[in-house]
Amino acid sequence: MDSGKGLLASELDSQRTLNPYVTGTSVVGIKYKDGILMASDMGGSYGSTLRYKSVERLKPIGKHSLLGASGEISDFQEILRYLDELIIYDNMWDDGNSLGPKEIHNYLNRVMYNRRNKFDPLWNSLVLGGVKNGQKYLGTVSMIGVHFEDNHIATGFGNHLARPILRDEWKEDMSFEEGVKLLEKCMLVLLYRDRSAINKLQRRSDWWWWCFMEIGEVDVETRKDRSYLDSGDYEEVTMNKSCSSPRTSAGATLIAKITEEGITVSQPYALKTFWGFTAYQNPTKGAEGSW
Amino acid sequence: MASKQQANWSPYDNNGGTCVAIAGSNYCVIAADTRLSTGYSILTRDYSKLQQLADKSILASSGFQADIKALQKHLSAKHLIYQHQHNKQMSCPAMAQLLSNTLYYKRFFPYYAFNVLGGLDNEGKGCVFTYDAVGSYERVGYSSQGSGSTLITPVLDNQLKSPSPLLIPQETEAVDLVKDVFASAAERDIYTGDRVEITIVNAAGIRREYAELRKD
Repeated sequence: MDSGKGLLASELDSQRTLNPYVTGTSVVGIKYKDGILMASDMGGSYGSTLRYKSVERLKPIGKHSLLGASGEISDFQEILRYLDELIIYDNMWDDGNSLGPKEIHNYLNRVMYNRRNKFDPLWNSLVLGGVKNGQKYLGTVSMIGVHFEDNHIATGFGNHLARPILRDEWKEDMSFEEGVKLLEKCMLVLLYRDRSAINKLQRRSDWWWWCFMEIGEVDVETRKDRSYLDSGDYEEVTMNKSCSSPRTSAGATLIAKITEEGITVSQPYALKTFWGFTAYQNPTKGAEGSW
Repeated sequence: MASKQQANWSPYDNNGGTCVAIAGSNYCVIAADTRLSTGYSILTRDYSKLQQLADKSILASSGFQADIKALQKHLSAKHLIYQHQHNKQMSCPAMAQLLSNTLYYKRFFPYYAFNVLGGLDNEGKGCVFTYDAVGSYERVGYSSQGSGSTLITPVLDNQLKSPSPLLIPQETEAVDLVKDVFASAAERDIYTGDRVEITIVNAAGIRREYAELRKD
């Protein structure tokens, strides 16, 4: 950077996001029969340190939308403040109108692109999902304003690891159960492969909490038979014996009900992992020169 | 400190894509593939790079998607104002000049967009305008822009730079040629593929066709 002899420019430079600090990883979203399903974990990484473990990166926006964010957490929180203001000011018209997912997505597109034009980007990839008037909507924006809609979307690593699975297995009008199952499959692959897989120290990844959100009408009853959803707080899951140590999994509760009127975020819960794969037992076997 | 893990950011990205337009005596064919990419990744396989700006002008653009979208919105807004002021649709040559001016206006922070504008002129003849990112433009009989242009342009040169105007193809032949050049470009250009969207403008109006391309 410029050595800055008291220049205004250098002062402004220091107020730009030149690189991200606390970041969230992939967000995955799909359309399903009644609306949109989205998944992300709750980690906030400080470089490669897992600094925060319960960051909510899926947030309801207004009545009809759901926003998922990866990238800089503080920038996401600023975006949430923008959206709060937008929705409050829109609400003050008191005309019975409300902003739908399309409008919110459009707004975010403009904000992200406008900030890149000012060379002061918001360091996020956002996923916006929603339902309004029976219309499903799923879109995304990147930090420089690239945006599009699709039936399934994943940010960051998710675009490499989850979307091939989604392209293979996603279909129109999936049930809630099928949708959650598909997302869990994606998130499991991301859990296994996001972050350099041979780093033995980082295999301690039992702190990946999952946060599910859902838009659309879903029957509460159907969720009860999902065993890991209906138990209480924490449960100990002893993993395969060949693993060096048993791992703790957090098994938590609830994905609550939502209609077109509302949005439901599940309680955080952990996916059941299996670390007994031979590739994990000796990950560097056959990789000469490695430790 | 969580230092430079990420590369310093760039305000531009190349989202790839190929645009082709061919002008005939009484028609114009404008086409672009529907793949949107970044680096070695595909973002979506179904993104339209075509935008109808007026009754008889269609813009095909490749390059940086966010810039392209901003450009399209700007041109559409300008056209709306034009309609209010003149109570008519802008002609394709007028739109061509507007596009040039719009691109040059951002000469020092350009729209990273490679455009081909096609349609019918005031005489009802097919017209194609081809651009660079900062607004230089030219009226031509055919053009290709974007990531597959290096593969397509010589083929169009060979097939269309005809010694006689009598050899200018008929509409259906032009559409077939477009399908072929896109299928060929998709063989070698990783940024071209999935599907090609073809619009045909003629006296009857606008018709749209799709053809499947390689998805790998």
